[in-house]
Amino acid sequence: MASKVVHAYYLDDEVLMDAVKALQIKHYHIEEVYTPFPVHGLDKLMGLAHTRLAVCSFLYGLVGLTVAVTMMNFIMINDWPQDIGGKPSFSFLENLPSFVPIMFELTVFFAAHLMVITFYMRSKLWPFKKAENPDERTTDDHFLIEVDANDTDLDLLTAFLSDTGAVEINLKDKAH
Amino acid sequence: MYKLSKNIKSVALIFVVLGIIGLVIGFTTGPHSIEDVKAIEAAHDSHGGGHEVEATQDVGHDAHGQESHGGHDAHGSNEHYEHILHQYHNKPWAAIYVAAFFFFMIALGTLAFYAIQHAAQAGWSPLLFRVMEGITAYLLPGGIIMFVLLALSATHFNHLFVWADHDVVDPTSSTYDAIIAGKHSWLNAGWFLVRAAIFLIGWNLYRHFSRKYSLKQDEEPAGNVWYKKNFKISAIFLVFFIYTESMMSWDWIMSFDPHWFSTLFGWYVFASMFVSGITVIALVTIVLKSQGYLEQVNNSHIHDLAKFMFGISIFWTYLWFSQFMLIWYSNIPEEVTYFITRINDFKLPFFGMVAMNFLFPVLVLINTDFKRINWLIVIAGIVILLGHYLDVFNMVMPATVGKSWFIGSAEIGALFLFLGIFIYVVFNALTKSPLEAKGNPLVGESKHFHY
Repeated sequence: MASKVVHAYYLDDEVLMDAVKALQIKHYHIEEVYTPFPVHGLDKLMGLAHTRLAVCSFLYGLVGLTVAVTMMNFIMINDWPQDIGGKPSFSFLENLPSFVPIMFELTVFFAAHLMVITFYMRSKLWPFKKAENPDERTTDDHFLIEVDANDTDLDLLTAFLSDTGAVEINLKDKAH
Repeated sequence: MYKLSKNIKSVALIFVVLGIIGLVIGFTTGPHSIEDVKAIEAAHDSHGGGHEVEATQDVGHDAHGQESHGGHDAHGSNEHYEHILHQYHNKPWAAIYVAAFFFFMIALGTLAFYAIQHAAQAGWSPLLFRVMEGITAYLLPGGIIMFVLLALSATHFNHLFVWADHDVVDPTSSTYDAIIAGKHSWLNAGWFLVRAAIFLIGWNLYRHFSRKYSLKQDEEPAGNVWYKKNFKISAIFLVFFIYTESMMSWDWIMSFDPHWFSTLFGWYVFASMFVSGITVIALVTIVLKSQGYLEQVNNSHIHDLAKFMFGISIFWTYLWFSQFMLIWYSNIPEEVTYFITRINDFKLPFFGMVAMNFLFPVLVLINTDFKRINWLIVIAGIVILLGHYLDVFNMVMPATVGKSWFIGSAEIGALFLFLGIFIYVVFNALTKSPLEAKGNPLVGESKHFHY
């Protein structure tokens, strides 16, 4: 079923923020906002849930730390005991200082890479994916608010949007 | 205008009185003669103490070794007990030195942070300028206390600095030390005190003029004349500071172990004073807010301070570990003695401080939301401050007190005494001017600061 949406274009992030606030006061339903760069405070204003990416990152870091410890314990201590820095103790704990840099690096490596991959998957981004933004100008200098227009008076909504500073207003059919 | 509350005054007074009592106990008790030391040692041995291993561990004492052991047969005679007696005599002095330096470095670290805010023309922080200026007010009294202590130590009134002993640099003496004698042109009382005076006067001059310009800017904001002057002197100060701070750390701390050296020691001490200073800024801000002042300071400012506490704690750990790992790895005797002494004789404070300065703040402050919860910041801040007190303790005590260390009435008393003075000086300075730097051109941005 196709549904109708109104695309309102803005040229400035401050104007956009004010428009979002005004639309919410009037209880219009905002489907999505497309911006060329992350606008500070927009997520809070739209009531989007706080990201849990940081929790993932922390857990990935712990995975990296575990990998580092296990790997070095196997390679340097168990499989082929190494004389590290002229201290042939062959004990993981007594050689710990020399392992710390690798533990740190692998923690950061796992946290960073797995976090980016998680972010791509969560945002449904993968190679050759077709862009979802309705207008190329939102990747340049335009800001776009997509408002649900199914059960609303279109003339009233259009007038209201141009009052909020929209430079262009289009009615679109959106295929679901 | 901030009014000094009766509570803060009486808290400061109580700390000073308790501190003086603690110090008096610290100076009067303790062994006065070799016989007393023997009694203490006997009591220790009956508990099954491990004095047998002492001979093998003595490599860590080499700086003092030349002074009073004199030879391999030290343990056979009274010289050993005399050595321990000297350590006990040093103990209250070292306790005063550690606490005095700790509070002085808080003021100095805050001053560096303040100068960076001016030089970077930071927009988030002008609302906190008066808090920082209040804390740096301790720089002058703290600096005078430090100078008196340094003068007493460098002229060998107490025995904190081995190099201050004339016999150590006298080739005819039995305790002659060629390495210290080689450093005599740098480490001698006169030049040492001249340097200390240059550092202290330089820092205090910057503090005086930046505070003056900051107040003038409020009176005559037109044209931002005083603001620009403050920018200039802050940039100049930072250049002066990073050289003098480094030299100060060699002089005032590293020279306790005059045989040992570390090239990143200046940075390491700087990291310690920087994080302590930022922590105290956060704590004083929270105290003032809880009393109803600083209405414009919002939780984004607190969040930023907590981020600095978190970040600089990690920076400190990075330097601590870099210094440790390189020395541990190469295992060169003249370098590694430093850490052998600390790990053998100071295991608890040495590793305890890593938990307090690294693990605890990392785990508590890693969460974004926690950086806005005042009571969590207060807890983390107190642990960080105690951790950095221990850091100074670990830098000073092994070379001055050695194995006879103990956190007793002298240490706690000295900490309380300077804490009391610090609280009084800082909060009294806050009453002198309005808490909002309203003439600063960036104060508007600071008011709207929102993260």
